[in-house]
Amino acid sequence: MTYFLQQFLNALQLGSIYALIALGYTMVYGILTMINFAHGDLFMIGAFFCFIAAGLLKLPFVPTLLISMAGVALLGVAIERVAYKPLRNAPRVSAIITALGVGLFLENFTLVFSPYPQSVPTLIPNQTWMLGPVSISSLQIIIVLLSIGLMILLDLIVQKTMIGMAMRAISWDKAIVPLMGVPLNLIISITFAIGTSLGAAAGVMYAQAFPVIDPYMGIMVGWKAFISAVVGGIGNIRGAMIGGFILGLVEIMVAAFMPSTYRDFVAFALLLVLLIFRPHGILGKPRPQKV
Amino acid sequence: MSAADVLLSVQDLQVSYNNIRAVKGISFDVHEGEIVSLIGANGAGKSSTLRAISGLIPYTGTIAFQGKDLHKIPADQLVALGIAQVPEGRGIFGNLTVYENLKLATWQRKDKQELPKDYERVFTIFPRLKERRSQQAGTLSGGEQQMLAVGRALMSRGRVMLLDEPSMGLAPVLVREIFRIILEINKTGTTILLVEQNANMALRVANRGYVLETGVITLSGSGSELLGNPRVKEAYLGG
Repeated sequence: MTYFLQQFLNALQLGSIYALIALGYTMVYGILTMINFAHGDLFMIGAFFCFIAAGLLKLPFVPTLLISMAGVALLGVAIERVAYKPLRNAPRVSAIITALGVGLFLENFTLVFSPYPQSVPTLIPNQTWMLGPVSISSLQIIIVLLSIGLMILLDLIVQKTMIGMAMRAISWDKAIVPLMGVPLNLIISITFAIGTSLGAAAGVMYAQAFPVIDPYMGIMVGWKAFISAVVGGIGNIRGAMIGGFILGLVEIMVAAFMPSTYRDFVAFALLLVLLIFRPHGILGKPRPQKV
Repeated sequence: MSAADVLLSVQDLQVSYNNIRAVKGISFDVHEGEIVSLIGANGAGKSSTLRAISGLIPYTGTIAFQGKDLHKIPADQLVALGIAQVPEGRGIFGNLTVYENLKLATWQRKDKQELPKDYERVFTIFPRLKERRSQQAGTLSGGEQQMLAVGRALMSRGRVMLLDEPSMGLAPVLVREIFRIILEINKTGTTILLVEQNANMALRVANRGYVLETGVITLSGSGSELLGNPRVKEAYLGG
């Protein structure tokens, strides 16, 4: 039981990172019905920003986090403008192939500057407390609380603000939005900025939890987050959060109670099984036909 | 009427889709305070004309609003200039509540202190929307959705309201209701440009009308003139 609880805490940590990244996939899908397959690599860039700010500039945690989020947000907005916007009315396959290309570009671009794995300095003083028989570290607490805080903030933005309202309107019918006087391109840019900055925050926290980073680290984590978004119901923000925690839980529990090499196999199997029985994900709804 | 009264002027408008010309050089004016109806069959170019005015599709020719050329102005900024929209097929956001749909249309409004008065006005004209204000707009009936679309256009406080087939898919009693409301909105000072297949209703409320046939204006005149015109009767009013 103690072992299980301990693993549960680890799952919470991994799950919140997946959930943060999954939000970026789901937000972009929600407004543009495309999968931004470069998103996992933007998460990686976020981790490298952490390396630059903390390792090279010796900044503390909060400035590092903010620099990484802002830098990746700018990069995300630029990628949308340069690579995706010209394809907005093209077949979705073209946009997805472009996204894969952007991802490869980001990996290889980073590879030029950092051909070897880099180690990221620890920014959060490591302290461990005992909760009964279970130990919990300061890093775990910060990762889980910060992730949940960012998710609540996002939920408030989407549900309560005019910008969030415009995002939801775009996800329903993009063509009508300009007729309401709402600048479509601005809202799409804001969506990219928010989605990618959440991915960057995940990158910083991941680099703190697993402090050796390399240009390919975003690939597998990106796929897992993508699965989380699909499991939760792609396009559904709360679904992405739930999906992230489910995937974190499944992976950690598989690694804890089965040979850990089964981990990815079970994660992808989960996606396949879910797609058979619930193709719209846990919270996703089949879109009613408009009359 | 003098040129000073012209609110919206369309000169030699041409719209093409993949080399098929949908609108072949039409010209018409909408004067301040009028109701103008563009009538015509399916595919005559009515919606294309309206979509060009809304800045949604490329066109050649000149569209001017209050003397200002609209050619380079993006669609979302037209709303701020005073062009309110009731899109074809209503275009309501089904995943937003009724209230949120109305609120979104106030995006470009600078006079936020005036908003409560305008919500009140919309809810007075459409009491059903008030009852359902926190309901998802997708759960509304077709008639209620049309009311919401008109209410939304009112919230953006345009000087001219463009309506694309407001009668589409509605039962006759609702069609009469919608047209009664269009007249009422017009009386409070909003100019109306209406595109309709329902020629009978559209011409009855209109000060002036134009008949579009395969991308050209073939007839124009006052609403009652067109209603009495034998060609219009035969082609659009069922003989």
